[in-house]
Formats: sequence, C-alpha cells, structure tokens
Amino acid sequence: MNLTSKDVENIAHLARLAITEQELAVYVSSLSKIITFVEQLNAADTREVEPMAHPLSGQTQRLRSDEVTERDHHERYQKNAPQVEAGLYLVPKVIE
Amino acid sequence: MHTLTIAELSAGLHARRFSSVELTRSLLARIARLNDVLNAFLTVTEEAALAAARRADETLQAGRGGPLTGIPIAHKDIFCTNGIRTTCGSRILENFIAPYDATVVERLSAAGAVPLGKTNMDEFAMGSSNETSFYGPVHNPWDVKRVPGGSSGGSAAAVAARLVPAATGTDTGGSIRQPAALTGITGLKPTYGRVSRYGMIAFASSLDQAGVLAQSAADAALLLRAMAGFDPRDSTSVDQPVPDYHSGLAAPIKGLRIGLLREFFDSGLDPEAAKRIHAALDVFRAQGATTTEVSLPNLPLSVPTYYVVAPAECSSNLSRFDGVRFGYRCENPRDLLDLYKRSRGEGFGAEVKRRIMTGTYVLSAGYYDAYYLKAQKVRQLISDDFRRAFEQVDVVIGPTSPTPAFEIGAKMDDPITMYLNDIYTIGANLAGIPAISVPCGLVSGLPVGLQIMGPVFSEARLLNVAHRYQQETEWHRMIPRGYE
Repeated sequence: MNLTSKDVENIAHLARLAITEQELAVYVSSLSKIITFVEQLNAADTREVEPMAHPLSGQTQRLRSDEVTERDHHERYQKNAPQVEAGLYLVPKVIE
Repeated sequence: MHTLTIAELSAGLHARRFSSVELTRSLLARIARLNDVLNAFLTVTEEAALAAARRADETLQAGRGGPLTGIPIAHKDIFCTNGIRTTCGSRILENFIAPYDATVVERLSAAGAVPLGKTNMDEFAMGSSNETSFYGPVHNPWDVKRVPGGSSGGSAAAVAARLVPAATGTDTGGSIRQPAALTGITGLKPTYGRVSRYGMIAFASSLDQAGVLAQSAADAALLLRAMAGFDPRDSTSVDQPVPDYHSGLAAPIKGLRIGLLREFFDSGLDPEAAKRIHAALDVFRAQGATTTEVSLPNLPLSVPTYYVVAPAECSSNLSRFDGVRFGYRCENPRDLLDLYKRSRGEGFGAEVKRRIMTGTYVLSAGYYDAYYLKAQKVRQLISDDFRRAFEQVDVVIGPTSPTPAFEIGAKMDDPITMYLNDIYTIGANLAGIPAISVPCGLVSGLPVGLQIMGPVFSEARLLNVAHRYQQETEWHRMIPRGYE
C-alpha cells in the first residue's frame, strides 16, 4: 500500500502529532514500506481462527472490587505538571 | 570486585570480607570513569545508593539479610523510581520525577539490593539498537563503534562492562534477550504476567514483560525470585506461587527433549553464528539431552504480526503524553489542539512517532479488521504452533539474533531492516512464553547468544538448562577487553 502525503497528514492529525514538511516526506516513504511489509499477513489462512484475546490461554483480565484504594496524591503528582494554578491544570482557553 | 557474580559478591558480603559501602563506592567510581564512553547510565544516584548500602551493611552486621542484600544493581529507565528522574529515553519525560516506585524496584530494594542509577534505553523501548534514545546511543563495550542492541541497551552494556553485576530490563519483542546476546551476557524474559508491570512505563500491553540482565543464569534466578509474584496493582499479574528458581539450577538434564526450530536456521542467520549454536547443542547432547527438529509454520509471520500489534497498542498507551498533566509542553501553544500536537511532535523522537502513526493507521476506521484483527488471528496461530511444539519437546533452542552487534548508524535508515533484528525473539512475546538468552561464543570477536524457550511458567526449567550449559562452558565469563 502506498500512502500519500494527505494520508500521512491525516494519520498525524488523528494521532495528535505535529510533523514538519521534512518529516512528512520521510513518513510517507517509511509508513508505506511498513504497511506493505505487514500485508504479508494476508497470506495466512485465518478463516477458522478467533483473534487472540489474552496471551495466556484461558486467562482473562482480572477485575477488582469498586473501592477507593488510593489516597489523595494531588499535590505530589502536580509537581510534574507543566502549569498548575490553585490545584488545577492550566491549558489554553478552550471556550471563548 | 567488579568481575564477581552476585553469588560470589553475596558470599563476600556475608563473610564481611568487604562491605556493601566499599563495593558500592568501587562500582560508582567505575561508572564515573567509564560511562562517558558507553553512555549506559542516564542517571547515577550516588547518595541514595550509599544510603541503601549502609542500611544493607547494618543488616549484614546483624547477621541477617538474603542473597541480594548489599548487591548493587541498575534499573532500566522505564521503571518509575520515587523521587528520581524517569525518562524512558524520551525528551517528553526529560524532567519527569516519578512520584512512586515500580513494584520491581520496590521488591528488589526490599530484598536489600542497592540501586546505583537508571540505564539508557531506546525511546519508550522502541528500538533494537539503543539508537532511538533522546540521550544518545549506548556503545557496546566489545566495540564502541557498535550498538549494544536494544531496547535495554544501557542495562546490557552496564552489565557487560561490569559497571554493575546485574540490571533490570523489559522485553516487548526481544528487548532483554537481543541486547544480552549482543553484549555477551545472560538475559531472561519471563512469562507474560510473571513479574508485575506496575510502575513500568507501558509500550505494548499485551506483550510487555519485565526481566533481568545478568552475568549468569544462576544470578538471574536469584533476581527473578525476588522480582516475581502476584501484585494486585497490575491487572495482568498472575496469581501463581513463585518457585525457588535457585534450588533446581543444578538438576541433571538427562532426557531433556530439545526442539530445534527449522524456521530459526534459515538463510538470514549468520553462518558463523549458526556454528556456535550447533556447538552448544553438542554440549546439551553430551549431558544426555536429545534433539529433534520441530516446525512452527506460522513463525515467519511473527515480525509482521508484531509490527501491527505493538504499534497499535503503543498508539493507545502513548496518548497519555499530552503536555497537560506531566511531561514536556511546547512553547506558546495557540490553542489546546496546538498544545497537544506540538508537545507530542516535539517531545517524541522519529521512531516513536513512526510507531504511533503505524498504530493509528491500523486501528483507524475501515482498516481495523484488515490489519489489527488479522494480526491477532495470526498471533493465535503462532501461539498454537508453540503449544503444539511443547507437546513434543521440553524446550526449543535456537539463535537469539541473526547477527552479532552491527555498527552504530548501519540500520537507522530502513525501519524494516531494523525490525528484522527481532525475528527470533518476537515469537516468545506473541505467545506469552518465557525465554532466556545465554552467550555461546564469539564471531569476529563479538558475542552471539543462544536462546532457550519453554512453555508458560517454565522459568525454573529454562534457568536450569541455561545453568547446566554455563557449568560446562566459559562464554558467560568473557569480559570485553579493557573492562576486566
């Protein structure tokens, strides 16, 4: 599959990635190669096969009871935030 | 002191021939002297290490402590370490101070190990050469012009250069075994769910598993014993007792049924490396093991399967890096969308962006069935192939990597060539099974690895087989010139 610049711009938008013109050209080429490479999978006959749901057969994702187990780490966690004010994360204005 | 194994160091510590503080100081000095060339460590935590060493010495002085008490180790920078910078090899986490410890870190510290710092890695563990790190490539101590493998390249180089006796790593498609092979050390990827992933930064959640890089299978056994076990904080953690991996190491392997994977001895394997594998098989046969050829017909599809599944999962996992709650934020964002896009575009490196976009594409509307669902079906076929093979044989043995370490820069231009480095290792991740790589010789002066795979939860058996090999050979004692 050969992707176009427009395809890759669209993928980058969906992935919320700003890419430069220079990067765009590189990704058009390398993503096309990767998609072509993984299309080898079409050779496998999977008509009777269920897609794998868990790497260990018979296992499912464990659930826990719906109880509060975490203490409030608000202040500590916000030390890593780029911008906070009064305990709130700041972002550019969303609604005018 | 730096050439001793954990078992030897522990004997010295318990006999009070030297203290943990002395040992720690000597390795910290070694790191200070040699890390500039290797770039194996991103962060060295000297003060915390000496404090932990002093506590270990008090325990030892009181006549207590276990096999890891006072033993220096290093953690791959993918594991969160409370109060210590945790970068995952990325610019986006350049200033991230983890607010808690990963379970692996917590358990090894509780066992008395002394963490010296955090090791370099491919960005978000996406790479097979350690060249995608934002903090520069790691250099292979066997030849500093060459890569150490990846993504746990810093941990591998640190152990190979004897900067530290062992280090933690993670393995999503070969990221412990391949660098272990390329640096001449022992690397174990446990069964999916065997070791907790709490506090381990996620790459591909159906594949990721934590493990160890060490000088020997015996040392790996000691570390795994401390690391493994159920953790309610990781929903993929399996509630199953942890055996004493160390006690069964020396068991005889007479009658062991070894499977040789036809698909592993293909044209892509370096002929000299193939000779080393065949020589290793003679070592097992001499101990009474039998070898038969087995075939995993779907295994040649493991690389394309992986390069759908892993990018799909990474595109989802890495959506948390948005420039809002933690991590890098771009300058002067125009609006929220611009903030997301530029923070991610500037914060992630080229390979990570490539994989996020591959994943976004294969999961996008209209393509999900054709790529992602198809890959999960092929993955099931590969897993069934392994299950059938293990009905006939106890372990499967083959090479870890098609070639010895390549030169830095040699494969950076073509992602497919780079991805094919993992052709022998990816199968174990897709099937969730454990696998270990042990050094089995040199090719043109560079180490190559032998890979032993077994059914789920067969770590004790793999360590036993690897240990028996290391009792008969000296390859695991090889140290690169200049680091003896």
